[in-house]
Amino acid sequence: MKHLQALLFVCIAAVSSSALANKITIAAAADLKFAMDEIVTAFKRANPADRVDVIYGSSGKFNTQIREGAPYDLFFSADIAYPRELAKEGLAASEVKPYAVGRIVLWSASRDATKMTLASLADPKVARIAIANPKHAPYGKRAEEALRSAGVWDKVQPKLVYGENIAQTAQFVQSGNAQAGIIALSLAVNPELAAKGGYALISDALHSPLEQGYVITRRAAGNPLARRFADYMGGKPARAVMVKYGFVLPGESAAK
Amino acid sequence: MFLSEGDLGAIVLTLELAGIVTAILLVLGTPIAWWLARTKSWLKGPLGAVVALPLVLPPSVLGFYLLLAMGPHGPVGHFTQWLGIGTLPFTFWGLVVASVFYSLPFMVQPVQNAFETIGDRPLEVAATLRASPIDTFFTVVLPLALPGFLTASILTFAHTVGEFGVVLMIGGNIPDETRVVSVQIYDHVEALAYGHAHRLSAVMLAFSFLVLLTLYAWRPNPKKH
Repeated sequence: MKHLQALLFVCIAAVSSSALANKITIAAAADLKFAMDEIVTAFKRANPADRVDVIYGSSGKFNTQIREGAPYDLFFSADIAYPRELAKEGLAASEVKPYAVGRIVLWSASRDATKMTLASLADPKVARIAIANPKHAPYGKRAEEALRSAGVWDKVQPKLVYGENIAQTAQFVQSGNAQAGIIALSLAVNPELAAKGGYALISDALHSPLEQGYVITRRAAGNPLARRFADYMGGKPARAVMVKYGFVLPGESAAK
Repeated sequence: MFLSEGDLGAIVLTLELAGIVTAILLVLGTPIAWWLARTKSWLKGPLGAVVALPLVLPPSVLGFYLLLAMGPHGPVGHFTQWLGIGTLPFTFWGLVVASVFYSLPFMVQPVQNAFETIGDRPLEVAATLRASPIDTFFTVVLPLALPGFLTASILTFAHTVGEFGVVLMIGGNIPDETRVVSVQIYDHVEALAYGHAHRLSAVMLAFSFLVLLTLYAWRPNPKKH
């Protein structure tokens, strides 16, 4: 019996120590793809013992998955409303913190988008326009708002194709299957995408602000690494990366 | 109303897609199945493997290749643009083309099995009665292989209805054009519209069960022969 107890103890110790091991999984909105990759790489360089995995997707999908117990420790949403909902329902282990304001741009891989406006999307030569799905992707919602404010919604609506998230939307444009698209500035400034066609910033007066926020989820309440990474996001190096990718940071005014 | 207008539209679209794909595959798949069943060529192995590929390939592989091939810079895209019909991704007919590939083995394999079961004897008998090969095919082979054709058609139809990954990658989620039931359910779930997702999922579940029930209840028991 003693032996059994000892064995059990060792097993439990092994399991709980692996749970304590420094590992977090981050669910991040797809607009963070390039910026977060860079931030995580820098974080890992500074903290080689920690393991940080990032999964990118639409914020609406992550919101659903976290409610259903998805193993994500931090949730970086493109719309702060989602983490706020989670916090209200007791699914968060931290307050909801704004980390950036996103911007949308008009982008094309086949034509010079710097000379385009939302009105030029009505041009018959633009056969397909990609936006993220407004039903559950924040960037899609803002794209729809901007198109409506610009008064071109009725004309462009039959030409719209909907990406599952903002990264797939960019991919629809990059592959040339859509002639233009409304994507995140943070994706458009990536050299790979910027080398093609260029982009035009869409005035943020045309849509409600893309206030982005993150939260530490309930399952990571006892995970110090989750808190350390959250702190790192507020630090200088991470903020510099976010600015580089065109995000406006809380407490700072927009560059333009 | 039990289902919303958008849900009904998705159901109609899905049934149209599956119906058209089944019809096309009946025409395309039969000669392939016939050749595979009768040939002694060394090509039988490689071609059989190609036909079976969609069974094991992740839909994302198929979706990725199709997106590039049918896009404006791909070979299929060049061809369709030359024909003056534009490019196929994000269109209903793009989904039809993709589904024909995706469901190909579900048509070819049961039909091929049916052809192989017939064997040489009935064909030789028909030939001695001076039936032309075409005659033989329609008056001897087709009636004998009918159960195989029915199985193949039901499986093809059902499998096309169940398609999701490929559609997500090349469909673009356009209402009444590429937003099929499986994608519509996915959207409901992501938007936390669980009520809608439940109702539509229940319809799919009932449909799929009935299809398989028909198939298994009706399929003759080979031991009786």
